Amino acid sequence: MVFEVFRQERKGQPFAHAGSVEAPDAAFADAWAREQYGRRGESEALWLVPRDAVHQITEWADEFDLKYRRVDGYSIKSRLKEARERAGTAAPEPG
Amino acid sequence: MNARAQQLLSLADDELILGWRDSEWTGIAPTLEEDVAFSSIAQNEIGHARALYELAAVELDTDADALAFDRTPDEYRCAPLVQLHLLDWAHTIARRYLYEEADRVRIDALKRGDDAELAGLAAKIDREETYHRLHAELWAARLRDEPRFRDAVEELWPYALGVLEPELRPVLAGRVGLSVESTQAVERGEHAEAFTQLHDEMTEVRRSAPGQQW
Repeated sequence: MVFEVFRQERKGQPFAHAGSVEAPDAAFADAWAREQYGRRGESEALWLVPRDAVHQITEWADEFDLKYRRVDGYSIKSRLKEARERAGTAAPEPG
Repeated sequence: MNARAQQLLSLADDELILGWRDSEWTGIAPTLEEDVAFSSIAQNEIGHARALYELAAVELDTDADALAFDRTPDEYRCAPLVQLHLLDWAHTIARRYLYEEADRVRIDALKRGDDAELAGLAAKIDREETYHRLHAELWAARLRDEPRFRDAVEELWPYALGVLEPELRPVLAGRVGLSVESTQAVERGEHAEAFTQLHDEMTEVRRSAPGQQW
């Protein structure tokens, strides 16, 4: 069985896909993932998800080329700055 | 050398040498996942050895590295179980399982003992050993009906008894379902030829540059 491993680096942060472990059952997956993804203290928590339990979507219908739904090509940076100035709030610090 | 130093060195030497032996599987364990886990557990054991050597070093007015690497082979106090050079996975897992069970019995006794410093360290080690036991028990359960594994456990049983002081042996026997009575334990203090080779390899780098700070 393949288990997908999701790793949380610090409390409150989202879990991110870290890799997978192949194991005969959940107990072995636990023992192995623990060492593979946690031995350096790099993880706050792990999620182990059997690959079969993942519902995947890869098919998309976009028959009418609805470009106006997409945000690429729009630059909202200057308009956002103006709006903030009007509202009297400064832009948040980067990061 | 006082009894406390001797006890600390027995414990530390067991952990160091088993960590060393299990590290020999790095890169060649049966699966990639097991390889990473087994090597990681082996490193943990060496970490436990370091903490125990540090306690012994205070007692003996030296340092942990000197105790781990500068003694002659006959000064090591490790049980013969951890010295064995095992070339197959069934024996390796049988040893890991028997050692973890013996170590659990020993750690439980230390946690309840009069030596507060050692009891504290034993409790700390125990929190990590919980996961080592989980790993060993998974394998033991999986291989329980496999004749090669059963034979290996029986073959190593006299060695496993030698890890513990005689008064703790019945507890171990009860845990693994084997008998103390009809078995002659392989006691500490006996070093096989394989240990001299291990010692030679283990101390090679340190001997190549005496007095060097690493």
